[in-house]
Amino acid sequence: MVLFAFTMLLCATMLAYFVNRRAALSIRAGGVQLHSLESFHGLFAALSVLVPVLVGILLWLALEGTAVDGFMLRSLPEGTFEGLDSGASQLIVAEIKSIAGGRVFGTPEPWKIEAAERLVRYHRIADWLLVALVATSATILLWFARRSVAEQFRARQSAERIVLGLMIFCATAAIFVTIGIVFALTFETIKFFQIVPITEFLFGTSWEPQIPIREDQVAAEGAFGAVPVFLGTIVISTVALFVAIPVGLMTAIYLNEFAPHRVRKTVKPILEILAGVPTVVYGFFAVLTVAPAIRQFAATIGVDVAPNTALAAGGVMGIMLIPFISSFADDALSAVPRSLRDGALALGATRGEMMLNVLFPAAIPGIVGGVLLAVSRAIGETMIVVMAAGLIAKMTINPLDSVTAVTVQIVTLLIGDTSFDNPKTLSAFALGMMLFLITLIINIFALRIVRKYREIYD
Amino acid sequence: MTDITPEQAGSGSSHSATELVRKSLARRNRKQRVLQGFGIAAIFFALSMLVILIGSLISTGYPAFTQTHVELEVYVDPDEVNPDNLSRGSYDEMIAVSMGAYFPGVDMTDRTAAREVTQILSSGAQLLLRERVIADPSLIGQTVNIKVPASDNFDQLNKGLVKRDTPERLRRVDDAAIERFDTLNEAGIISTPLNTRLVTNADSRFPELAGLKGAIIGSFWALLTCFVISFPIGIGAAIYLEEFAPKNRLSDIIEININNLAAVPSVVFGLLALAVFLGWFGMPRSAPLVGGITLALMTLPTIIIATRAALKAVPPSIREAALGVGASKQQVVFHHVLPLAMPGILTGTIIGLAQALGETAPLLLIGMNAFITSAPSGPFDSATALPTQIFIWADSPERGFVSRTSAAILVLLTFLISMNAIAIYLRQKFERKW
Repeated sequence: MVLFAFTMLLCATMLAYFVNRRAALSIRAGGVQLHSLESFHGLFAALSVLVPVLVGILLWLALEGTAVDGFMLRSLPEGTFEGLDSGASQLIVAEIKSIAGGRVFGTPEPWKIEAAERLVRYHRIADWLLVALVATSATILLWFARRSVAEQFRARQSAERIVLGLMIFCATAAIFVTIGIVFALTFETIKFFQIVPITEFLFGTSWEPQIPIREDQVAAEGAFGAVPVFLGTIVISTVALFVAIPVGLMTAIYLNEFAPHRVRKTVKPILEILAGVPTVVYGFFAVLTVAPAIRQFAATIGVDVAPNTALAAGGVMGIMLIPFISSFADDALSAVPRSLRDGALALGATRGEMMLNVLFPAAIPGIVGGVLLAVSRAIGETMIVVMAAGLIAKMTINPLDSVTAVTVQIVTLLIGDTSFDNPKTLSAFALGMMLFLITLIINIFALRIVRKYREIYD
Repeated sequence: MTDITPEQAGSGSSHSATELVRKSLARRNRKQRVLQGFGIAAIFFALSMLVILIGSLISTGYPAFTQTHVELEVYVDPDEVNPDNLSRGSYDEMIAVSMGAYFPGVDMTDRTAAREVTQILSSGAQLLLRERVIADPSLIGQTVNIKVPASDNFDQLNKGLVKRDTPERLRRVDDAAIERFDTLNEAGIISTPLNTRLVTNADSRFPELAGLKGAIIGSFWALLTCFVISFPIGIGAAIYLEEFAPKNRLSDIIEININNLAAVPSVVFGLLALAVFLGWFGMPRSAPLVGGITLALMTLPTIIIATRAALKAVPPSIREAALGVGASKQQVVFHHVLPLAMPGILTGTIIGLAQALGETAPLLLIGMNAFITSAPSGPFDSATALPTQIFIWADSPERGFVSRTSAAILVLLTFLISMNAIAIYLRQKFERKW
């Protein structure tokens, strides 16, 4: 049905284009000069049909589900949801929906079947309404567009104004995404801080987000002190940077100054492969190869290590970051003006001295920018730590121990959970908020450094 | 260059300076060689990690591309099938009977003894037989030749992944079971053909039946959605920012915003999708459509940045020439600049889509890691994607899933490599140097 509506819209758009084009052509054939080319008359008509109707369809689709559900819920017998918490009422709605979808489990109560039938009926009505609405609005717009064709009508300007408007909308889409992120995170985070005080979250040293499932359960009430979680992220990121920074910098220095052209041309793209490997693959690599190797090595020298050490997760993350740092450092080294390099060589410095004492110091701001971006990558990296790091938050900085990370907690707290009304799921959003803020600050800082540095030498 | 001999150098002080330089030269050159050595070591380390990564994936993954099968002659007993409802019938009994033919000493009416024999087969064997009979009811009363997959443990035994020389109590297949398997092997009904189920089946609890069909189709729908949304919006945004935007505060903010968005952790996009798309708009959980929209938001900055670079590479002379013959500004862009920039834009888009194909974390948060045993028939159906399927299998305890995870990763990497190859081909074929 929705597909039919879209097809109709497409046909109407094409019809509008050809009708107006032909109308404009016939005016010109009458010997009158048109202000705009006939194709602009067609384009104007097509856009003035397409844009409003498309916006209408998308809005309709976004709101249809909620509206239909609302109608269905209102028609349920009185007191259905009385005394039920949100989880249980969600369950009822889900059951009605699955009956409506034709998946009946067991023998549901008759009022549920009735509701499901009503839901199906409402959806069918909504679909027909949509088609009718598309048909009428497209016809009206087509008619208006057809009337606009005239010798003096500035069709080009009008059409170009619409196109410009569309492009401005596209450009602001990125802003809408950011606003969406900020709103979604703030909204849920505020809800979380109404349950758990913000000071406990920021300064508490115990993270046990398990909450009792039943009222009378003896289990822990849940502690939401995020310090150990952040500490875990710091430990893993530090390990990653300990691998990535030296290797990345050395690679960049060698490729930039010493490597023969052929070596540089082959090694660089191969290193880029490391950057293109999906993180879930690195995660599996950490679990399958690196962690057992570390354990075995530790066992031979008589050290007992946890199965999911921060070392394995961090080390693999470091491998992932090598090409990131090396390409940033390479760019920064290449951006240093040739005169500095030639001057140093002319004074009799060896190429090694020129690199270490002139080129590298001159490139440091750019390199720092790249390293900062790598830090924000490491903090926000998810799959490697989800698969290779631990789940239990510990107050430790020992990289041989099992630690957890912010992203691990976000993913494990939210997998398989749909209701956003308990502190367990809400705490994931608070962690996400912190993650977003920290990476945002680092990114802004890093991008500013990189940009300033470019300006110095440009 | 001419060598300066000490005699020519003249006065005493410069003489000693030259000496000093000469003496230190060996040390300084050594220092440079050390630096070079470090560089080579670093590159060697990075490359060897890549080799180990690929090597370990291939060495664990290749066994999953074949699958041990057992070929059976099964008599479809009319007494065991309900002719009105063919899906009801004791197909497991028929298979047990045909297995029993190879073990004359085993009493197949004894349930435990029969189970020990039939455990060699996958528990999906009876379903395969049932499908055959439902598809062709005339088979009832006849003997069917059917090839069914062996169960995971015996598949591993056949491939040598379960070693026969490990002590029995450490092995997951006991000696008696190995003996039974060898009986079948001697009867010549064991074969190890290509494992087509890896791409023609959807997910399953049993490694020998699990496949990637659902994940590949789910990924396809998600990527299609991602492309349909991010490609036009990205190009529109890039054209506006590069060609039309006035130099003012708003343009600056948009620009900074896009650069920052490119560096936001992917899991945050997952939180956005969870709270807004699933929470506020009530979109379906686990649907590739929602995954695609989320991926589109992440791909947008990549496409915008690539498109802007491609537009910038078109020389101003093209624009000026078009303007000079009376084209409007938009005609210049859409008729001349954009077509010339298209190869660069497509390259950037394909690379962006390849990134989106490997993205996992946001898809986990919107529930695309569900256990779904059928391929989705559209973008609204629940589905997994390739990376989330890898995550699910990596988390599964069955041994057979280890090699299947590696195999799935190899499939994913094949897709990624081909996408990047297409991008490189496009760039080299159509890119013009001005």
